[in-house]
Amino acid sequence: MKDSYFTLLSNEKIAKNTYECTLAGDTSDITAPGQFVNIKLDGFYLRRPISVCNVEGDTLTLIYKVVGEGTEKMSKMLRGERLLILSGLGNGYDTGKSGDRPLLIGGGAGVPPMYLLARELVKEGKHPSVILGFNTGDEVFYRDEFSALGVPVTVATADGSEGVRGFVTDAMDSYDYTYFYTCGPEPMLKAVYGKSKTEGQFSFEERMGCGFGACMGCSCKTKYGNKRICRDGPVLEKEEIIW
Amino acid sequence: MVNTKVTLCGITLDNPVIPASGTYGFGYEFAELYDINILGTLSFKGTTLEPRFGNPTPRIAECPSGMLNAVGLQNPGVDKVISEELPKLRAVFSKPAMANVSGFSLDEYVETVRRLDTAEGIGWFEVNISCPNVHGGGMSFGTSPEMAETVTRAVRDVTKKPIIIKLSPNVTDIVSIAKACEAGGADGVSLINTLMGMRIDLKRRRPILANKTGGYSGPAIKPVAVRMIYQVYDAVKIPIVGMGGVATAEDVIELMLAGATAVEVGAENLVNPYACRDIIEDLARAMEKYGIENLTDIIGGAH
Repeated sequence: MKDSYFTLLSNEKIAKNTYECTLAGDTSDITAPGQFVNIKLDGFYLRRPISVCNVEGDTLTLIYKVVGEGTEKMSKMLRGERLLILSGLGNGYDTGKSGDRPLLIGGGAGVPPMYLLARELVKEGKHPSVILGFNTGDEVFYRDEFSALGVPVTVATADGSEGVRGFVTDAMDSYDYTYFYTCGPEPMLKAVYGKSKTEGQFSFEERMGCGFGACMGCSCKTKYGNKRICRDGPVLEKEEIIW
Repeated sequence: MVNTKVTLCGITLDNPVIPASGTYGFGYEFAELYDINILGTLSFKGTTLEPRFGNPTPRIAECPSGMLNAVGLQNPGVDKVISEELPKLRAVFSKPAMANVSGFSLDEYVETVRRLDTAEGIGWFEVNISCPNVHGGGMSFGTSPEMAETVTRAVRDVTKKPIIIKLSPNVTDIVSIAKACEAGGADGVSLINTLMGMRIDLKRRRPILANKTGGYSGPAIKPVAVRMIYQVYDAVKIPIVGMGGVATAEDVIELMLAGATAVEVGAENLVNPYACRDIIEDLARAMEKYGIENLTDIIGGAH
C-alpha cells in the first residue's frame, strides 16, 4: 500500500454514466488484478474506492460509474489535476487457480477489474473467455478492448438492445470452463454462485471507511471467520462465502 | 528544542498523540506503514468479554467534514485479544498500550478488565461507557452519573492500573458524569466519543446505515469536543484525554489549551493512514509557531 500523488492524463465518458480515466504515478504497489485504489477528492471527507482496470508502467487506468456526488465530481476532473491516491489495496484475484480455460464474468461497474485479469491470464498462456453484463446497450463498454486481447467476448444486456438478451448467467451455459472469476452487483454474484459449475472467485463491494483494514466498516462473515472486504478481500473464494 | 513530553496518570509519554480506539486496530497493520513507537501510546480496538461481529453493513456513511460509523464493537473477544492480537502488537510496539474495554453488563466490564490486567504491556485502561452503536450496553452506562460511578468503582476493584473512563457527548450534562467517574475512583476521563447521528439515502428513502444511527466523528465535531473538554477541566482534578476531530498539530494544541493532557486521533487515521505520524512530526513546528517550549505547560491554558 502506498499513498502518493497521481497526475490525471485523461478523463473521458465511454458509456452512459461511465468514465475512463488514466493517471500517471507510482503504480509499484499494485501487484494483482482485482485490487483497488482509494482516491482523495477535495470537498469529500472519505476517499472513493475504485477498482483497478489496467496498469501499464506508471499509467493507471480506472473506470468508474457516476453514482453519487463523489463520482459526479470525478467526472469533471481535468487533465493535469493531481490526486492523492492510496494504491495497492485489497488482495486481488489469484490467477494461479484458473486452469487453462477460466471464465470471467463482469457486470456493470464490475467489468473493469476483469480487464487486467484477462490480460494477466493471457500473459500466463491461458485461454480466458469473458461475459460482460449491462442493463442496456448504451451502458456497454470495453467490448473491443477485451477482443483486442484475443479474448472471446459475450455481451449480455437485460433489455436485449445489444448482444444476448438477459443476464450474464443466461450466457454461462454455453461455456465449458475450468474456473471462474466474477465481479458485479451482489444479486448478480449470487446468481453466478448458483449457476457456476466449478470453483471460482468473487469480488465484493461494500461501503468502506478507510479501505485498508483499520475501521472494520466493511466486515463480512465467511466460513473461515470474519473478513474485511477492503483488506482480506475484496476477492473471496466461492467455497468460503456465506450469503 | 521543544519538549513534547506529557505525563498521563503517572506514565510519561514522548508526545501526547494517541490513535483512538476503533481507528487503529491493534496497531500492527499501521506498523507496516511507519514505526509506531513514535506514538505517545495507542488505544487499541474496543475489547469485550465475548467475540463480537458487530452490526450488519452498511456501517459507514459519509458526512460533511466527517463520517458516521456503526461498526458495533467488532472484536475477537478478550481471550483472543490476549492470545493473538496483543503478541502481534508487542512485536512492533514497545511502549505501554491503552486497553480499551466495553461491556454489556457490570460483570462483563469487570471480567474483561480483570483478564487484561495481567496481560503484557498494558499501561492504562480506557473504559468505554459511551459506544452509541450497541444496544443494551455501551452508552447506557455512560448516560447517568450513577451508572458511570458504579462502573468505575467496579473496575477499580480489579486493577491497580490507571483507569480512564471514556465519556459520551450524547448526554445533557457531561460535567456531572465526569465528576461521578472521579468520585468513583477514576484516574482520568477521555472525551468525546462520537456524536449520535443519522443519514438518509434519498433514492431508497431509508437510513444509509443498517443500524439506522451511527456515531459522527471527524473535523466537524471538534468544536463540541473543545467545549466539553473545557467544561470538564473546570470541574474535575483528574487528567483529561481529549479527542474529537483532531487532524493537525494545531488541533492537538487547541484541545490541550482546553484542558486535555493527551489527545487522541480517530477518524483522521482512516482518511490519512499516516495522520498520527504527520501530526507528531509537525508538533515541534506548531509549538514554535505559538511560542510553546514545554507542551505540558499549556494544559488548560485557555482557562
